[in-house]
Amino acid sequence: MRDVAVIGAGCTTFGEKWSSSFRDLFVEAGALALEDAQLSGEKIDAMYVGNMSAGRFIEQEHIGALIADYAGLATHHIPSTRVEAACASGGLAFRQAVIAVASGMEDIVVAAGVEKMTDVEPGASTDTLTGAADREWEGFVGATFPGLYAMIATDYMHRYPLTREQLAMVAVKNHYNGARNPIAQFQQEITIDTVLKSTMVAEPLRLFDCSPITDGAAAVIVAPLERAREFTDAPIKVLASAQASDTITLHDRRDISTLDASISAGQRAFKMAKLSHKDIDLVEVHDCFSIAEICAIEDLGFCRKGEAGKFTADGQTALDGKIPVNTSGGLKACGHPVGATGIKQVFEVVQQLKGDAGKRQIDGAKIGMTHNVGGTGATVAVHILGRV
Amino acid sequence: MSVARFWRKIPQRYNMLGTRCETCGRHFFPPRSFCPECRRTGKIADYKFAGTGTVVTYTIIHTASEQFEQLTPYVLAIVQLDEGPRMTAQVVCRPDEVKIGMRVKRAFRRIMTDGESGVIHYGTKFVPVE
Ligand SMILES: [Zn+2]
Repeated sequence: MRDVAVIGAGCTTFGEKWSSSFRDLFVEAGALALEDAQLSGEKIDAMYVGNMSAGRFIEQEHIGALIADYAGLATHHIPSTRVEAACASGGLAFRQAVIAVASGMEDIVVAAGVEKMTDVEPGASTDTLTGAADREWEGFVGATFPGLYAMIATDYMHRYPLTREQLAMVAVKNHYNGARNPIAQFQQEITIDTVLKSTMVAEPLRLFDCSPITDGAAAVIVAPLERAREFTDAPIKVLASAQASDTITLHDRRDISTLDASISAGQRAFKMAKLSHKDIDLVEVHDCFSIAEICAIEDLGFCRKGEAGKFTADGQTALDGKIPVNTSGGLKACGHPVGATGIKQVFEVVQQLKGDAGKRQIDGAKIGMTHNVGGTGATVAVHILGRV
Repeated sequence: MSVARFWRKIPQRYNMLGTRCETCGRHFFPPRSFCPECRRTGKIADYKFAGTGTVVTYTIIHTASEQFEQLTPYVLAIVQLDEGPRMTAQVVCRPDEVKIGMRVKRAFRRIMTDGESGVIHYGTKFVPVE
């Protein structure tokens, strides 16, 4: 297996981008990534595109071909493949690109993620996102996606010491970071009170516990490490790529408030990189809801089960904490264009490792991790990236 | 949900018909044709659930998708059936009544009206056991 490096990365701003179309978004992200790698399009050997639900959001399927075409590569006939795993689509697209290069099958591969979510009414987007869970046995009875995570929160708060205020701190911290990220959807800081006074969505989760509906795209370019210096002075090595699955329904899990797929993917990634959580300088975790970040930092081993509330409230996950979590602002403040999120996480870690993260820069960051969840934990992708 | 997709599930939704692996004794709802433990050595038979169980966790849904908007706020729970499997369902009670560990039993109820086709879908909800 060959070593793989990220040689370029680009990301659109995230938000309600009504003046940009689906294809505008990924063309913009792709062009930024190519520019970053000082690469021309005809050098690209293959593309993988993470996208959850263009069929429902914009009634467009066949995204792989569409993207290759509007990237100006249709006449080059390169293989372009859509990858779908709900909110983990981006993470899996990155993993497919890494596998393609590691195997020796391809050299220069684009991993992109894109979602255009604001072209439909909120009720319709809520219903579309429910498709990330089990439509017939969860969605049918009135389960929404926030509702399922709310049941995780209820279970967690019943069994472990997590206060409503500590849970709100996740959103407060992520908004603080988002306010320092020029691509973030929300660039204003909030207080615990903002969270606790926001509209109830699914008890105990309120509006500010939930990631927003977002448009956006991100792209990264991977290449064999041995060729990386042809394109960049600062290649970022992919130290591990891991993926795991679990039951599609929340109710069939071994433990409602532990994501076994996160534990499994995390352990596999650490083993592959020959590292432990102590070696990680920052982590981008899947905080689609505040409770999801609480579970993620425990499941990945950054603190013990049941202690993430205190860990967060004590500032251990802040920019100057023991393990900075979601320096980008996370899904909560940076925004969550579902298919693009996994690639945006890689983009953020690459920026941090290159020292390009501006006001949210973690001093001397050498190794970063990404954690991307599909559904309520039925798919998880974990990657570890390191400075060379 | 399409009418065809709904009708295929009627025996399960109306009568809580699942399956049981006669090799290891595990129960499955909704029905499975493979036992995850025994795989192809498992002997699967139909099983009608008693419909009694316990609330494992819950939420009160305030923001719903279109088909459920008129029901809000409603109680959604994960219920562990006495035979073992868990399912997600609504509990028909006041939002402040629902508790973890609460005993419930199944009830045949209207689940939703499909906006496009106007078809009324029925299925299982749970009610508190007195
Ligand atoms: Zn069996």
